[in-house]
Amino acid sequence: MRKMFTMIAATLLATATIASAQQVELLGAGATFPAPLVTSMADEYRDVTDGRVTVNYQSIGSGGGIRQFTEQTVMFGMSEAFLNDDQLAAIAEAGGGIAFNLPITLGDVVVTYNLPGVETGLVFDGDTIAEIFLGNITTWADPQIAALNPDVRLPPLPITVVHRSDGSGTTNVFTNYLTKVSPAWNERVGFATSVNWPTGIGGNGNEGVAGVVQNTPGAIGYNSAVYAVLNDIAYGYVVNKSGNVIEPSLEATSLAADVPLPADTRILVTDTEAPEGYPIAGFAWMLMYENLDANNAISTRTEAEELLKFIVWAITDGQDLAEPLAFSRIPAAVLQLNFDMIRQMKWQGEDLGAQVLAAAGY
Amino acid sequence: MDRTLTASELIRRPTHPIYRRLGDRVFQVVVVTLGLSIIALALLLAEVLLVEGWEPLRRFGFFGFLTGTTWDPVRGVFGTWPFIVGTLITAVASLALSFLPAIGVAIFSAEYAPRWLASIIDTIVDLLAAVPSVVVGIWGIFVLVPLMQNHVYLPVYYWAFENAPGLLPVLGPPAGYNLVTATIVLALMIVPYTTALARDAIRLVPRSQREAARALGATRWEVMRMAVLPYARGAIVAGAILSFGRAIGETMAVAMLIGNSNTLPFTFFGPAATMPSVIVNEFREAVEDLHLASLMTVGFYLFLISLTVNLIAAWLQRKLAVGGRAL
Amino acid sequence: MAVTAPAAPGTLGRLATVTPENLRRRYRRDRLMIGLLVVATTVVLVPLLIIVWYVVSNGISAVLTADFYTQDLGSPARALQGRPTGLGHTILGTMVVDGLALLIAVPIGVGAGIMLSEYPDHPLNPVLRILNDTLNGMPAILKGLLAFSLIVKPMGTFSGFSGAVALAFVMLPILARATEGVLRIIPWSIREAGLALGLPRWRVVLNTVLPAARVGVVTGILIAFARAAGEAAPLLFTSFGNNFFSSTPLRYLMGPVDTLPARLYSLAISPYKEWHAMGWGAGVILLVLVIVTFVGTRIVTRARHTTDL
Repeated sequence: MRKMFTMIAATLLATATIASAQQVELLGAGATFPAPLVTSMADEYRDVTDGRVTVNYQSIGSGGGIRQFTEQTVMFGMSEAFLNDDQLAAIAEAGGGIAFNLPITLGDVVVTYNLPGVETGLVFDGDTIAEIFLGNITTWADPQIAALNPDVRLPPLPITVVHRSDGSGTTNVFTNYLTKVSPAWNERVGFATSVNWPTGIGGNGNEGVAGVVQNTPGAIGYNSAVYAVLNDIAYGYVVNKSGNVIEPSLEATSLAADVPLPADTRILVTDTEAPEGYPIAGFAWMLMYENLDANNAISTRTEAEELLKFIVWAITDGQDLAEPLAFSRIPAAVLQLNFDMIRQMKWQGEDLGAQVLAAAGY
Repeated sequence: MDRTLTASELIRRPTHPIYRRLGDRVFQVVVVTLGLSIIALALLLAEVLLVEGWEPLRRFGFFGFLTGTTWDPVRGVFGTWPFIVGTLITAVASLALSFLPAIGVAIFSAEYAPRWLASIIDTIVDLLAAVPSVVVGIWGIFVLVPLMQNHVYLPVYYWAFENAPGLLPVLGPPAGYNLVTATIVLALMIVPYTTALARDAIRLVPRSQREAARALGATRWEVMRMAVLPYARGAIVAGAILSFGRAIGETMAVAMLIGNSNTLPFTFFGPAATMPSVIVNEFREAVEDLHLASLMTVGFYLFLISLTVNLIAAWLQRKLAVGGRAL
Repeated sequence: MAVTAPAAPGTLGRLATVTPENLRRRYRRDRLMIGLLVVATTVVLVPLLIIVWYVVSNGISAVLTADFYTQDLGSPARALQGRPTGLGHTILGTMVVDGLALLIAVPIGVGAGIMLSEYPDHPLNPVLRILNDTLNGMPAILKGLLAFSLIVKPMGTFSGFSGAVALAFVMLPILARATEGVLRIIPWSIREAGLALGLPRWRVVLNTVLPAARVGVVTGILIAFARAAGEAAPLLFTSFGNNFFSSTPLRYLMGPVDTLPARLYSLAISPYKEWHAMGWGAGVILLVLVIVTFVGTRIVTRARHTTDL
């Protein structure tokens, strides 16, 4: 035992000598879906800063991101559900002042299924998806599905609905879409990070849902597109508001956000008006306080400055990492809105956000 | 070792009254404080759970929350009944599944196996009792679930689909993550625990008991059944109840494998949830205060159940020990 | 050759009349039971050994690379693109958190055990015993919630320290129980001998009872350590997690750190095959940790036997 402590002490000492005084660690937490992108950014950014700045991002889910951000245990949160008015009021009341939602990437939710003999590309419309997840359509041979897919031979399998058992930003986006396209869904279920599902079985996490769908012939579920692609699960195309059948793609997702946005970007772009946009898409937001010093997790001006520098890098140069990882770039309009919000961020009254932006040349 | 020398040395130690009286006083205070800190910790845990979970209790009532069957974060309606049912089903089933084999291993290792084999078995059992929950969980996800899915759940489901459609609602959709999987894994996890407790109880039975029975011409099994097991009964049953308590509190492996459904009724092949699994799954994601508070309340009920189980085990141990004065 | 055993009342009565046929049946039953016991032993041990075998065979390739110990995890892109990635920071974090947890838990747990065994008449002992067992039976996640409320919230940040406290909560009841158990085995005559020599009670406990029970106490500590080292649930909201080496040693205590069980959980439910492989690797390290601890207890106990004889 004593030997072990000596070993720990020695290791700590060794790390201490390597570490220089100016090193900064930034801590963020939240949504699972953008985690691969954000951690890749963290990797890259550590190289960009010659190992000086480490960004520790832990994927604990959107709900966790919002909560830890509100509890001020993290420097930034990350969520697929924006801060609602109640949450903003609560943050203001707790002395945090205004909180911003900065879109950092876009994600789409695809309808995944396991039908022997049916490949990717089964067509769904909003009403059909809602009826299936409400438990009103119970077999794949249902005329409503057949009408959308005249050329596909649908096996007469019973439908097994699979949904997330934990709360999730993915669920928020998916149920928000259903709420917009189906009055019955709106009435009975509504939308949130976790809902009371009328039917079906729960899988834990994107992986859990993907796993159950993969293992169950006749299953239908929903996943972040990244997970469906990585796990090689068949997914459907969706008829959007303009009546076009849209194949989920990075481009169609970016287009979904190509709609008039409010200055605070608090909008769910599901059921988009964009004619070529994929209808079940949404932003992943980075959550930040206007007054950085109001966040207990940020203790020095250096930390605040490095955090701002990282964010500016993440929404500009860092976006180059997105597409190779199957994430969508944020549209130009969103970038400008982000700049506007960053410009308002302060450290003890000092316009640190504007300074960092100017120094970066924006 | 020269005992006389040691003793005389001890006698020659200065025993100033202050050193004696103050020393004893200080020692007792320190030791009792350390002991009390555990009491304080337990009470603090209950208090934190109760305070942070107060709102749902106030809103739904103690029994309302207990028997509420709806867990709906959107509408803000919470009840813990589905999770209590899930917890009890998995714990009872896994104990039922593992009890006899566990006793078998205990008897074999304590009475039958040659010494070298017994020591190997004991080492393995003790070792397995410490295999981390997450390690069992990762095995469950990547090995057990696909195995059961392909060779048990789907074949049975298809068979029932064709031959006994009446069974389908009971079987439920054949997802790999379900009550049966969770129960099997739980049984595997508590087996070493039950075994170790039963083995120790059997070993503590005085040799004279066995010798008496053998002297009467009993076979080895008759010695076990008539002389040893009745004597160790109290400790074995108390051990089983402690294992039951372990099964109730087991978290990670169950959360990774049970499929997590909040809605009753649970089916064999369908997903379910237990009290710890719902806490671990939803605590990270709970945004609304009431949702988070409800998870704390579930924790509070879990505390009460755990307390009850331990009280019963302690009581049984005392009551059943009277006959044999074992332990 | 009929053997007549003396007729005994009660349960042993059926042994009374022994005929050859009866005897044959009884011995057949005896052999049958041995068979069943062997089957039970196999049924129990084989699946558990299969688990261990699976973990080792799936994790061995990850564990045998140097990167696994020297690199930090970073992003999944590293693993997908074959760039160096590992769990060095996780192993380091686990050592810090587990070590600190031991430092916190051992004095308190052993102290409570002493209270239970050396002051058996203390009025609070029954309460302590029940609450201690309850605490032991409580899911570890609730202890994590407690540490979150007591430490993380006031400190304003996730930290290795809060993780250590949560693990200490897991160790405490096990330690107290084990210490009480081994101290009780020490005969009262030894204590009485010490007291009769005029030694104060505290010297009797510290100089006579504890040294006599040293082996048992150490075993208890190792068992508590093995149990706590595998817990993931209490760490999810205390030590939190980290994908990188911390920049300064102090940050292992005061900042979020990675631990093997928690990292294993997140690797297992991630969608990347490469991370699954590392998850199995983390499982191997955890198993090795447990096995080494157990071999430790065996060596300690064996040492006792040899000195006893």
